[in-house]
Amino acid sequence: MSDWSPSQHELDRQRVRTRLQRRSALIATAMTLLVFVVLGLIVTSSPGWPNVKAYFFSWPDAKESFPDIWDAIWLNIKMFLIAEFFILIFAMLIAMARVSRSPWLMPLRVVAVIYTDVVRGIPTILLVYLFAFGMPALELQGLPDSPFFWATAALIVSYSAYVAEVFRSGIESVHPSQWASAQALGLTRGQTLRHVIIPQAVRRVVPPLLNDFVSLQKDTALAAVAGVFEAVATARDYTLYNFNFTPYIVVACFFIVMTVPLARLCDWLTARMRRRELAGAR
Amino acid sequence: MSALLTVEGLRKSYGEKVVLDDVSLSVDQHDVICLIGSSGSGKSTLLRCLNLLEDIDDGIITFDGQEISDPRVDARALRSRIGMVFQAYNLFPHLTVLENCTLAPRKVHGVRRPEAEERARELLARFGLADQAAKHPDQLSGGQQQRAALVRALCTNPTLLLLDEITAALDPELVGEVLEIVRAEASAGMTMVLATHEMAFARDVATSVCFLHEGRILEQGPPSQIFTDPREERTRQFLARVL
Repeated sequence: MSDWSPSQHELDRQRVRTRLQRRSALIATAMTLLVFVVLGLIVTSSPGWPNVKAYFFSWPDAKESFPDIWDAIWLNIKMFLIAEFFILIFAMLIAMARVSRSPWLMPLRVVAVIYTDVVRGIPTILLVYLFAFGMPALELQGLPDSPFFWATAALIVSYSAYVAEVFRSGIESVHPSQWASAQALGLTRGQTLRHVIIPQAVRRVVPPLLNDFVSLQKDTALAAVAGVFEAVATARDYTLYNFNFTPYIVVACFFIVMTVPLARLCDWLTARMRRRELAGAR
Repeated sequence: MSALLTVEGLRKSYGEKVVLDDVSLSVDQHDVICLIGSSGSGKSTLLRCLNLLEDIDDGIITFDGQEISDPRVDARALRSRIGMVFQAYNLFPHLTVLENCTLAPRKVHGVRRPEAEERARELLARFGLADQAAKHPDQLSGGQQQRAALVRALCTNPTLLLLDEITAALDPELVGEVLEIVRAEASAGMTMVLATHEMAFARDVATSVCFLHEGRILEQGPPSQIFTDPREERTRQFLARVL
């Protein structure tokens, strides 16, 4: 192995490869710059741009609203993290109920189907209204009546239905031969699901799952309609007092900053899983 | 007549692991070259390099007089002239057998649907798959799937056919029906390079047999010589194990 040194021909080829790669990189950079410059020019040369700039991109207003939004965004993050935790659990349980085959679990399957059908049909904003104003009115013992609690509950109920369907599609995408080979080893249906099918299913649905979670992060803003003073409500408050919409842009930036790391994390995770499982397989 | 395909000093490594080391090979029109050797000897990698599915680390590959190992070569144009069949069939499960067979002729070669279907049906019929044309691959037996994969490769009228252990995943009783097709193609003059574990078949159809060992072609010759009087001790050992 050590006595091999690349031939002149190979060195030439490597040079060509490097040149081709450089060319690709150059094209990619140039095209990207071009597109963004053109887009920027279109926006800034539009007739209403000075007005839009004054009302939406005012630096002093951005600075002034920033601290309040910064404080309020933690409420969104808290809501998101709590909701995400419960959504993952509930959604998986619903998905498992829907793929179960035991006759004893029939009622559970029926409930799961009705639940996903009904909940997915209702706009999330309505669920937030119904939960935040309806539930406390029931005066149930031992349950809090804070808008934060019920808005979060509404998000959990709504998103569990979506995420359950994502999990279910993942479970059903695993080839039937995997069921067969696990059951041939003597595993029960439940064990097969737990140890063989779900681990594969979850990997496959990471991208759509991320989609739903990015969506969830943004939908924490719906809590504003229930009277939760989170980031969007804070921004709205500022705009109402100052007649300047810049805080909305600031909130938008916050949401972007929140979702980008999640997206990169998921990309990295999926890439790592692919590398590990497909190593050598072609 | 100059060779259809030549390989000279081919080297391929994955990181530290050298998979092909100084491999040279010449394939004339109508040749049937059988690559034999134990698993991991580099047979599949060699076939994949010929089809530009792998970037090589050194050496020159020419096809029809043109160097194809040049990075500026249009790999798609080359592949449209080379057919390849894999061990795991790799039929597209969402398409019917007929659609599998007409995809490349229609999308790559610009053949119109009626003509592409006519040719595919004719080939399917010749290989006993006329009744399976409208089915999806998963409804077929392994042997039928692999025959369909062969038909798919032949539908584009390739100049060269690469077969990568196409019977390795099949039941012994199904191997025959697949090899029958290969045999028919060979006697019809198709140029082929194939990796195989079927020694009797190799002895039968090969114009030349290459024994690969640890990434090198240790020995090459007509089947009559390789199988009865191998020059190398390694070849002798390998044949003793598989025959």
